[in-house]
Amino acid sequence: MLAAIVLRRSLMTIVTLFGVAIVVFLLLRVAPGDPIAMMISPGAGPDDVAALRARYGLDAPPLIQFWIWLHGILMGDFGTSISLRLDVLSLLAERLPATLELSGLALALGVFLGGAIAVIATLLRRSFVAGLIDAVNGLLLAVPDFVWALAFVLVLGVLIPVLPLSGRIDPALETTFVTRFYLVENLVSGRLALAGDILRHMAMPSLALALPLAAVIARILKEALAEAMQQDYVLLARVKGFSELRLVLGEALRNAVGPTLALTGVQFTFLIGGTVIVERIFSYPGIGNMAIDAVINRDLPLIQGLVLVFGLMFLVVNLVIDLAVVALNPKLRHG
Amino acid sequence: MRALVGDPKVVCAGGFLLLLALVAILAPLVAPHDPLEQDLMLATVPPAGFSGADPAHLLGTDGLGRDVLSRLIFGSRIALTVALVAAAIAALAGTLLGLLAGYFGGIIDALVSRLVEIWMAFPPVLLSILVVAILGSGIHSVIVAIAIIDWTRFARVVRADTMAQAEMDYVTAARTMGFARAAILFGEILPNVTPLLMALVSLEMGIAVIVEAILSFVGLSVSSDTPTWGGMIAEGRQIIHQAWWVFAAPLVALFLTVLAFNQLGEGLRRALDPVMRR
Repeated sequence: MLAAIVLRRSLMTIVTLFGVAIVVFLLLRVAPGDPIAMMISPGAGPDDVAALRARYGLDAPPLIQFWIWLHGILMGDFGTSISLRLDVLSLLAERLPATLELSGLALALGVFLGGAIAVIATLLRRSFVAGLIDAVNGLLLAVPDFVWALAFVLVLGVLIPVLPLSGRIDPALETTFVTRFYLVENLVSGRLALAGDILRHMAMPSLALALPLAAVIARILKEALAEAMQQDYVLLARVKGFSELRLVLGEALRNAVGPTLALTGVQFTFLIGGTVIVERIFSYPGIGNMAIDAVINRDLPLIQGLVLVFGLMFLVVNLVIDLAVVALNPKLRHG
Repeated sequence: MRALVGDPKVVCAGGFLLLLALVAILAPLVAPHDPLEQDLMLATVPPAGFSGADPAHLLGTDGLGRDVLSRLIFGSRIALTVALVAAAIAALAGTLLGLLAGYFGGIIDALVSRLVEIWMAFPPVLLSILVVAILGSGIHSVIVAIAIIDWTRFARVVRADTMAQAEMDYVTAARTMGFARAAILFGEILPNVTPLLMALVSLEMGIAVIVEAILSFVGLSVSSDTPTWGGMIAEGRQIIHQAWWVFAAPLVALFLTVLAFNQLGEGLRRALDPVMRR
């Protein structure tokens, strides 16, 4: 049963990605300006233009053009970046691990913080602290990642300089790495000093990305917990003399996680979108930062590759969340 | 209405935004200096209260000796213009489609609903990148990008509210009295959807202020000779170790404005929500 749902959801993901590909293809072709004119080097003759036109299939009818384009994408040929003069696929492969590590850490932080706020608010729901927690969470809900990131730069990077302001690793420490997953590689190989430095660089951007997610999780999980605390099984456990902490963590939380995940799913994708501007603020060498340069330089092949990669990330996150919701819901699991 | 006036958050937020709007409109009168006037002899003067401050420059000066307060005041014009125009266009398009879908149902509803679904599946950041990549940078692209992305917020909510309103007695009464469909839709239902719409517009304006700040921060909004909060933050970032206030002042302005739009919107929504009102 679960396998069937996984299969169906995966197929839907592929269909949606195909839709994204069509939209990207269409949008980039209605963009004003001849893409070839932006690609040719100064001094190229009309023959060179015609050759490039044929190379990208731009002299063919639109449907054929789309086929040529799609075939190239499926074969891993994303074209050559106009501004960087490098293969788009290898550029993406070089930068993507940095973004994956950053968003992974931010997701973990957001879930942990949001969960912690909700659990604490539930435990202290009858004390004066409850109002304070609500006020803090209201602030977290209102302020976006962009503003958090800038506030961290000012407070933790400049006024009380405790964290590095930019980059992924201290240039003085940079040694050779086997992979592009710096954090994972150094944690696995036990080079903790290096891993620590990388984490310090990731602290501000990942926290800025995590806070809006944490706020939404906190609000929805708190409501779900409040409802779960009224259920018979919790009352029964209370009669048995379970501690309040055990009631919340052991009984209520288990049943509140599924509905919370279903309602907060879209927020996880917002976090990935947020990497674009947050990476920019901290000069973090990921694909988000690269996307802004690509737009400024009107580098269409690179933009196209980036949009597809971001689209894929969004869809994978959605897929994982949908599957987790199913896995956590006993009714759906056996239904 | 009484619930609104009694809500201190709404009163504070509304008051702040009213003041901001006044300052933006009267910018040439209230700004102490020309926001573009440079004076390299007076570069990076700290704000009042810090040693070396100049009483003529309350919030200090930037790296080119321009008055930070005056730039902040003129920057509010761009922020509020984008917020107002983008939110209005998104609201107009979204409301129209939402009204039609909610009232007529059937094929119109199916079309609009499907369109909204497809739109929502497309991540907003990618959409804004694509729109700006296609249209080029500038304030018009920023406005178009926000409207193109966010009309769905209005369409979804207005559609649901219209469906609920269409069931009510006053609509049935209007229909029995032989009112034309357009008259019912725009004369009867729309006024009843409007309060909810106001809450959404306020929230949307907060989003628009942020999007404009982001795009001007990365240099994709108006040209750099017009002061914008995002542009000021980007310039302040360059000299943040020498003159942190150039960075801090527009950041605080941005923070307060976004918070105010958000609190006003949430307050309006709370006041309208019958469950919360009790």
